[in-house]
Amino acid sequence: MAIAKKAVVWGLFAAGGTLTSFIFPALIALFLLIATGIVPEGLQYEQIHAFASSWLGKACLFIVLFLSVWHAAHRLRVVAHDFGIRKDKLVANAVYSIAAIGTVLAAFYLLTIN
Amino acid sequence: MSRNPYVRPISTTTWYMRNGRYKVYVLRELTSFLVMFYSFLTLFALAALATSADRWNAFLASQQSTAMLVFHALALLYFMFFQTFPWFKLAPKAMPVRLGEKKLPDNYIIIGHYVAWVVISAFILWLAGVI
Repeated sequence: MAIAKKAVVWGLFAAGGTLTSFIFPALIALFLLIATGIVPEGLQYEQIHAFASSWLGKACLFIVLFLSVWHAAHRLRVVAHDFGIRKDKLVANAVYSIAAIGTVLAAFYLLTIN
Repeated sequence: MSRNPYVRPISTTTWYMRNGRYKVYVLRELTSFLVMFYSFLTLFALAALATSADRWNAFLASQQSTAMLVFHALALLYFMFFQTFPWFKLAPKAMPVRLGEKKLPDNYIIIGHYVAWVVISAFILWLAGVI
C-alpha cells in the first residue's frame, strides 16, 4: 500500500517536473512580452477568453497548474529541509496547503470563465 | 576504535557550500520557487480573465514594467539552465528506453527532449499569436 501510494506521488512529481520543464520557458517568455507592453493577438481578451472557455483550453490550463503547484510544493518541502528547517510536518502542511489552494483556485476560476 | 568517535560537525544550513555539485543541486531545487511564483501569477491572470475584459486589460497593464521585464528575463534564463536543461539531461537515467535487447542511446533521448521542447514552445507561442 505504501509502495503503491509512493508510486502515485512519484509519478505526479515526475509528470510535474517534465511538464514545467517543457512549458514554463514559453510561459515566462509570454509574461516577458507582456512586461514590454506588447500584447500578442492570442492574449487579447476575446481570444484568451475563448481559449479558456473551451473545454480543451480549460483542461490544458488545469493540468499545467495542478501538476506545477504540486511538483513545486514537494520540492519546496525538500528545499526547506536542505536549508536546515527541521519542522517537516509544519513545512509539509504549509506547502501542500498552498498547492491545494492553487488547485482549488484554478478549478474555480476556470469554471467561472464561460 | 575510539569510544567517542569524533563526528565532524556539518552545518544544516550551509552544508551545500562545501561542494560544487551540492551548490548546483541547491540552485536546481530553487527553481521550484519560480514554478510556484509563475503558477500563482497565472492564477491571478485567470482571476482577472474570469471577471471582465476591463479587469483583464488592467492585469496586463499592471504587469508592464521595466522591473518585471528584468525579472522575467533573468527568471527565463535561470529556469532554462537550472530546470529545463538538467531535467532533459536526466531523462535517459530516469526513464531509459529499451528496444528489445538494445538500449536506446542516451543522446537520442536527450536530443528528442530538446526537439520536443522547441516544438512545444513554438506551439504555445503560435497559440498566443506571437509567431
